[in-house]
Amino acid sequence: MSALKKENINDKDIQVILGTLLRAGVIISMSIVLIGGVIFLIHNNGVITDYKVFKPELSKFSSIAAIFKGIATFHGDAIVQFGILMLIFTPIARIIFAIFSFFIERDYLYVLIGFIILAIIAISLNGGLAH
Amino acid sequence: MSVLLFTIIVLLGAFLAGLLGSLTGLGGGVIIIPLLTLALGVDIHYAIGASIVSVIATSSGSAAAYVKEGITNIRIGMFLEIATTVGAISGAIVAVYLNANYIAIIFGCILIFSAIMTLKKKVDHTTLDNTDKWAKFFKLNSSYPDKGVDHAYAVKNVPGGFAMMLFAGTLSGLLGIGSGALKVIAMDNIMRLPFKVSTTTSNFMMGVTAAASAIVYLHRGQIDPGIAMPVCIGVLTGASIGSKVLLRTKTDKLKIVFAVVVTFLALQMIYKGISGL
Repeated sequence: MSALKKENINDKDIQVILGTLLRAGVIISMSIVLIGGVIFLIHNNGVITDYKVFKPELSKFSSIAAIFKGIATFHGDAIVQFGILMLIFTPIARIIFAIFSFFIERDYLYVLIGFIILAIIAISLNGGLAH
Repeated sequence: MSVLLFTIIVLLGAFLAGLLGSLTGLGGGVIIIPLLTLALGVDIHYAIGASIVSVIATSSGSAAAYVKEGITNIRIGMFLEIATTVGAISGAIVAVYLNANYIAIIFGCILIFSAIMTLKKKVDHTTLDNTDKWAKFFKLNSSYPDKGVDHAYAVKNVPGGFAMMLFAGTLSGLLGIGSGALKVIAMDNIMRLPFKVSTTTSNFMMGVTAAASAIVYLHRGQIDPGIAMPVCIGVLTGASIGSKVLLRTKTDKLKIVFAVVVTFLALQMIYKGISGL
């Protein structure tokens, strides 16, 4: 009985940490997007937008390396894109945490499943596939 | 249109989309895309890139609350994420090569389907028959707490649910939406999960699914900071307020009105798509 209870508390702990991780990821990344957005608007106030035609060749931050280079220049749009990148990595961080917690629970089947999902995402990270 | 004006309009539109999307259960992504393409003339590729980012934000935000309550079945979620992520990446890659008009037509059809699904009465299919060998092997049978009582449930037809998730993931990657309607079909009707578990688990999965396709979109230049910024801030704010209002309001009438509006938008997207072919 006491062993069972302990396991339950353990499960509950994992759920609370998981929830906190997700919330923190969203709040931090959205704050970065907001700050970048304000800087972007100040610098590009009078510029005319045109999104009528999809022009991927004009995209300045279409890789992780380009985003990090842009951050160094402190451009608003680069900061926004960095915030978006952090947002994209929030659920991925959640998978990594889940792998750890299943490892602690010795549920190796789900450790394996976690790694399979990470591998699938790693394939999409390989930009070559998208070009 | 100047950047400032564009940002303000998109911000307001995205706020409304997030609010209505969470009140009706349709999701913010399916509303912001027609808004951007029909009202502002934005190319659908950019609209999809911005929408997928907002899907990650809203689903991760609400999943945080559900996971803490212990209703989400993390094992089912992760097991099915294999299907949705494979689907999402394939969908996102196909979207790159697909003409914008075809995407608009498919989008319109899914929009009508989702609107009908929000109106349909839900039928409880839950079962305690825990004989499914896949469910046993993957330890999917579980229980969830409701008002202090634990309710046990069993999972059926795992391969069927997995296949449906593959399809839901593909559409999510192709159209930049959460495809919650399809995920709930897979879990309620095919796998026989209780509503509370299926909606929260579907939400839990959405973040990872959307992240997988968002990475493809990012590399493809479909995520433009100028559009994605107001869209994700607006949708997230609207959705958080919506989820608080939802607790004390009845939304039956709103759902009907909204389904009509959405169907009208969908028909317009289909019409535009067909006439552009």
